[in-house]
Amino acid sequence: MIHQFKNNGYNIVMDVPSGAIHVVDDLAYDIISMYQDFDRDEIVLKLSEEYDPLEVRESLDEVEDLIATEQLFTDDDYEEAVNDFKQRDTVVKALCLHIAHDCNLACRYCFAGEGEYHGRRALMSFEVGRKALDFLIANSGNRRNLEVDFFGGEPLLNWQVVKQLVEYGREQEKLHDKYFRFTLTTNGVLLNDEIMEFCNREMSNVVLSLDGRQDIHDLMRPFRNGRGSYDLVVPKFIDFAKKRGDMKYYVRGTFTRNNLDFASDVLHMADLGFRQISVEPVVAPPEEPYALREEDIPKLLEEYDKLAAEIAERNKTDRWFNFFHFMIDLEGGPCVYKRLAGCGSGTEYLAVTPWGDLYPCHQFVGQEEFLMGNVDEGITRTDIRDEFKQCNVYSRSECRDCFARFYCSGGCSANAWNFTHSINGNYRIGCELMRKRVECAIMIKAALADNGDEDDEENIPIQNEPVCDFGENCPREEFLF
Amino acid sequence: MKHIKSINNGTMKESMKKGGCGECQTSCQSACKTSCTVGNQSCENPRR
Repeated sequence: MIHQFKNNGYNIVMDVPSGAIHVVDDLAYDIISMYQDFDRDEIVLKLSEEYDPLEVRESLDEVEDLIATEQLFTDDDYEEAVNDFKQRDTVVKALCLHIAHDCNLACRYCFAGEGEYHGRRALMSFEVGRKALDFLIANSGNRRNLEVDFFGGEPLLNWQVVKQLVEYGREQEKLHDKYFRFTLTTNGVLLNDEIMEFCNREMSNVVLSLDGRQDIHDLMRPFRNGRGSYDLVVPKFIDFAKKRGDMKYYVRGTFTRNNLDFASDVLHMADLGFRQISVEPVVAPPEEPYALREEDIPKLLEEYDKLAAEIAERNKTDRWFNFFHFMIDLEGGPCVYKRLAGCGSGTEYLAVTPWGDLYPCHQFVGQEEFLMGNVDEGITRTDIRDEFKQCNVYSRSECRDCFARFYCSGGCSANAWNFTHSINGNYRIGCELMRKRVECAIMIKAALADNGDEDDEENIPIQNEPVCDFGENCPREEFLF
Repeated sequence: MKHIKSINNGTMKESMKKGGCGECQTSCQSACKTSCTVGNQSCENPRR
C-alpha cells in the first residue's frame, strides 16, 4: 500500500508497510499514481503529451528500481505476526501516579473534573506511592527502563510525597538493576526555585501546561475565582525552560473550539522562547460548547498545514522549535511490534489513583467498569488486561486501509471508548487530525532534507526529532543539540 | 536518482527481527496525554 500527497510544494510518496518515504518530481508522482493500473507502454503514451517520453521511461526505471528493492508497493505482511503478539506475556513498565486528585486551577476542559476525577479530593500517601513503585518493579520482568509520571490534578499540591517517592525509587533501582525515568506534569502555579532545581536533578521530562495566547489560556485555565492563570505561570515556565538547558521539557496545551486557529497559539509559545511545544486537540463530550465538531475538521487541517509550513521556514533560522505532533523518527523509530501494539494502556502502562487503585490509563480513572485491581493485590481483573492486550492495528477495522496506521498504532483506546463505547473503535475527528499530522511531519522532514542539499550541513540544527531524556549525557550522539 | 529522492529507505520489516524488547518510552509519558502518538518514539533497543 502506498499513500501519495502534496504539501507545501513537496510531492511525497509513502510506502506504508516498509516505512519508505520518497520525495518525487511531478513526473514520478504521476507515474506512481498510474503504475498499478497501466503497463509501461500505456503510461508512456498517456503521459507523452505532458512530458518527454524519454524522461518518462527514465523515471519509470527509477520507480521500478524502488519496487525491486522493496521500497515501493510492498505488501503488509505483519498481520501474521499479530497472532504471536496476542499471546505475548506482558510486563508493566510505566505508571501514571495520580499523586493529587485536587487542583488549584479549575480548567474547563479537565477530564479530571477540576482535578477530582468525579470522585473525592485526595492526595496519595507515601505508603500508597511506595507500594505502586514496588508493584512496578515486581511486574516489570527484565525491562530496565521504568517510567513514572507524577500527574494529577496538580502534583505540586503533594510535593513532599513526590520527593519522597523519587528518593525511594532511586534506592530501589540500584537494588533491582532498574532505571526510573520520573516525569512531572504541572500547571506551574506552585513552581519555585527549589522545585525547579529538584526537577532538573531528577526528572527526565517536565510537562508545563500552557494553552497559548493569554486570552485563550485564561479562558480555559482559570483559578477557581475565575481569574486567569497566564500572568502567574508564564514567567515561571520561561525561567524553568531556561534552567532545563538541553534537558527535556514540553510546554503543552490543549486547543478547543474556542481556538480553531490554534496555530497562532503554538507560534505564540514559540515567540515566548519555548523550543519544545505540544498542543493537542481537546477530547470532550459533544455536548460541551468547546468540543470539536466534525464540521471543524477542514479548518483544523488547514491550521496544521499552516503551522507545518511556518515550522519548515523557521527550521532554516535560529527561531526553530519542535512541535511534538510533527516530530517523527524516520531512521531510529519504533520497531514494528511497538507500532502494532500502540500505547500499551492496560498492559504496560497503568494509572494509579491516590487510593492505590489501578486503571488502564489516566483517562479511564473513575470509570468503575475499568477498575483493574490495586497496589496491594495487583491486577485482579485480568480480563480487562487481556482485552487491552488484544488491541492492535488490525483489531480496528478502519485502521486496515489507513496510511497512518503505523504512526498512531490504532489510536487512543480512551478516545475510542468515549466516542464509540468500544476500546477497538475509531474516533473519527482524532483519525482525521492524525492523518494530517503525519503528512505534515513528513513534509517537514522533506524540507529539512532540502535544506541539507542547499546549505552547509553543519549549520543545520537537528530538529523535528525526539529529544533525548539525558541531555548532554545522551548515549546517542545524534540526539544532542 | 533524478526524479526521486528517498528520505527513508524503509526498515520497518527489518525491525521484526530484533524488535519487541519493550525498552522504548510509553507514548503517554511524553507530551501527549490524550492522543496516541507512537511514530515519534525512538527505538531504545541496545542490540539494534
